[in-house]
Amino acid sequence: MRLPAWLSQHIAALRALLVMTVLLGLVYPLAFVLIGHAPGLSGKAEGSVITVGGTKVGSSLIGQNFTDADGNPIPRYFQSRPSKAGDGYDPDSTGASNLGPESVVDTLSDNPDDASQSLLTQVCSRSLAIGKLEGVDGSRPYCAPDGVGAVLAVFYRDGFTGPVTRAVSVNETGQTFLQTYAGVTVEPAKPGVDYVAEGGVVTPIRGNAPAKPVIPADAVTASGSGLDPNISVAYADLQAPRIARERSLTLDQVHKLIKEHTDGRALGFLGEPAVNVLELNLALDGKR
Amino acid sequence: MAGWIFVITLVLALAAVYRPLGDYMYRVVSGSKNSVVERGIYRLVGVDPKTEQTWGVYARSVLAFSAVSILFLYAFLRFQDKLWLSLGFDAVPTHIAWNTAVSFVTNTNWQAYSGESTMGHLAQMAGLAVQNFVSAGVGIAVAIALVRGFAARKNGTLGNFWVDLTRITLRVLLPIAVLATLVFMIAGMVQNLSGGTDVTTLTGATQHITGGPVASQEAIKELGTNGGGFYNANSAHPFENPTTWTNWLEIFLLLLIPFSLPRVFGRMVGQNRQGYAIVAVMAVLAIASIALTVGFELHGSGTVPQAVGAAMEGKETRFGIPNSATFAAATTLTSTGAVDSFHDSYTAFGGMMPMINMMLGEVAPGGVGSGLYGLLILAVITVFVSGLMVGRTPEYLGKKIGAREMKLASLYFLVTPALVLIGTAAAFATGNNSTALNVGPHGLSEVLYAFTSASNNNGSAFAGITVNTPWWDTALGLAMLLGRFLPIVLVLALAGSLARQRPVPESEGTLPTHKPLFVGLVVGVTVVLVALTFLPALALGPIAEGLS
Repeated sequence: MRLPAWLSQHIAALRALLVMTVLLGLVYPLAFVLIGHAPGLSGKAEGSVITVGGTKVGSSLIGQNFTDADGNPIPRYFQSRPSKAGDGYDPDSTGASNLGPESVVDTLSDNPDDASQSLLTQVCSRSLAIGKLEGVDGSRPYCAPDGVGAVLAVFYRDGFTGPVTRAVSVNETGQTFLQTYAGVTVEPAKPGVDYVAEGGVVTPIRGNAPAKPVIPADAVTASGSGLDPNISVAYADLQAPRIARERSLTLDQVHKLIKEHTDGRALGFLGEPAVNVLELNLALDGKR
Repeated sequence: MAGWIFVITLVLALAAVYRPLGDYMYRVVSGSKNSVVERGIYRLVGVDPKTEQTWGVYARSVLAFSAVSILFLYAFLRFQDKLWLSLGFDAVPTHIAWNTAVSFVTNTNWQAYSGESTMGHLAQMAGLAVQNFVSAGVGIAVAIALVRGFAARKNGTLGNFWVDLTRITLRVLLPIAVLATLVFMIAGMVQNLSGGTDVTTLTGATQHITGGPVASQEAIKELGTNGGGFYNANSAHPFENPTTWTNWLEIFLLLLIPFSLPRVFGRMVGQNRQGYAIVAVMAVLAIASIALTVGFELHGSGTVPQAVGAAMEGKETRFGIPNSATFAAATTLTSTGAVDSFHDSYTAFGGMMPMINMMLGEVAPGGVGSGLYGLLILAVITVFVSGLMVGRTPEYLGKKIGAREMKLASLYFLVTPALVLIGTAAAFATGNNSTALNVGPHGLSEVLYAFTSASNNNGSAFAGITVNTPWWDTALGLAMLLGRFLPIVLVLALAGSLARQRPVPESEGTLPTHKPLFVGLVVGVTVVLVALTFLPALALGPIAEGLS
């Protein structure tokens, strides 16, 4: 019996797919799972898990929160970057904020489930909190003193032109960061009102914060994975005085530990120098 | 400075492997000998390796293989809870299973799901990763078939799809993937079948360190320009990209085959200089695009990057800004779509570059195979356009570019813009753009990026948008399907039409297609075509955002 051409073609296709599935989908990966048991590789193949005194405390490749149950930083530990993986550093829910460069208007609501912070406000509030924790200036451009994005909805008489008729500080419901704008009194925002839809032109206000803030960029931004095991050397250095104080160490001792747990650029040009936070904190605890 | 050395070393490394890898691949697709394993496979599949296929048979073989693959993968995902290593995950919902099956078979690897909370290990390695290999093999096979059309001397046949697929997979993809897997494992990527390890963090919380056969999947994910991450965070995840040098290696792997295929083309048509001309076009566009992307990201304009002091949102500390931007450009210049940083949070113009790269049709150097055939189509269009300008007979490599050839090439070019623009318009017309995370121009960018990525079989995303709804899964699934197989059928039809022609000898009226002038013309035609097609859409999204 001769099968029609279209049918025999599909049967050949199915047979080809099954052969490939066995070879590429089973033999190839499983061979490497076996190779992964080889001495020297097995620790890595299993996830570079660090064991201290019989307890598994983490992976040297995966970042952790160093916060208490309420999410407040524990001062005796170096702090990781902000994370958008689940409630922070959750490997079952990796990912980023995905908010864009002009995400500057918060959604204000009396119901916390409906409210959401713009990326700008997230950056500003982190900077303010870190400034307080480390005792340094947490101000940044486009940030209001109360830690929200300094953003106005400006209404013009003719849409985009003409004199300003009204100005609303869209991220603040109480005190506003500016008293007047172009001669008009700045109003606080009311929850639930969409000032952009009403014709307001979104206008971020630069303010007079230094162009190069004291608190480094990685400290106020979430990583792509949400699992970033590293912080920049600058952010580690910023935290060093607090760690020295909390642990009764000299600043030199802390800086020495930071240096020991810093990976420079590989080959001198790959990536950026970075400090492994978990390993550094383990070293502080005398466990590494 | 280190960031530029990073790019320069990539260029040098790719230049160094161009000839050896290209020559090797040429021998793989042109040799007449089959290994014992290959003969065994032909017997199991039930095909005669000596049969030469016309374009119609070749195309029907491609389509049959892909159709069976989609059905198989769909069933696999629907029944994953009944199979081993499911980690307790449920069957993948119908619309996500359809979207994912199409996505991996079309070499797109768009992910409407999150790996660590959806897919069991068997579904990943025996379902998804198999397509990482064979969808790459299909792409290369189609490109080789087109080149055979140019090289053919009126015999009308294009080779045998089953032989091409088998040889490319076994002799090119698998050996390089094996090497890369080993290196990745040494770097620290996980490779196990465990459901993960629970650890107690220093502060007493529990953290679930995930497991999986990641290294073996990562290797082919880059090499086959697939891009589908084992985890949601893709190559930003430390288990998929543990070190600064794996980051370099991943970029190298995803550019490796696409940049070497022009050598195969040059060898097959008997003029290496033709291959150099094609690779020059790719290199000019790629280097310009990478430089612009890195430049825009380093400049860091926009309200939030200025407040932060750098465009660090969505980027890993160890990679930093320049290397992340290089990855973003490379992954969209090819059809990979893997990401080591999240494009949605890029500066307005830095985020526009990945979109433009895809809108170029992913030809610089493009996906494995699809980049070469895409660029050869543009070369055909250029030959025709310049023929019109100077009144020369359009011919390319001794083959006349007549009405039939031009119709096929033009239709090829029109497929993806039509899908992108109609798809984006449909999302807005039906209100489905409301699933975008961001508002204003950036919300439009998220929708435009989604359809650009799906239609060009890239797979990267402005990931803020929610796309696991039935409408999005269906629409993007169709965009991926049509964006992959309509062009393939048109390419093979063009190949068949060329293969039937007897080559005409070069005359004084022939436009030399190996000189810098021609390279410049192809670059110009490509940029102008894309600008004319997409500038209005870009003006409403990233350009509006960047200039506000």
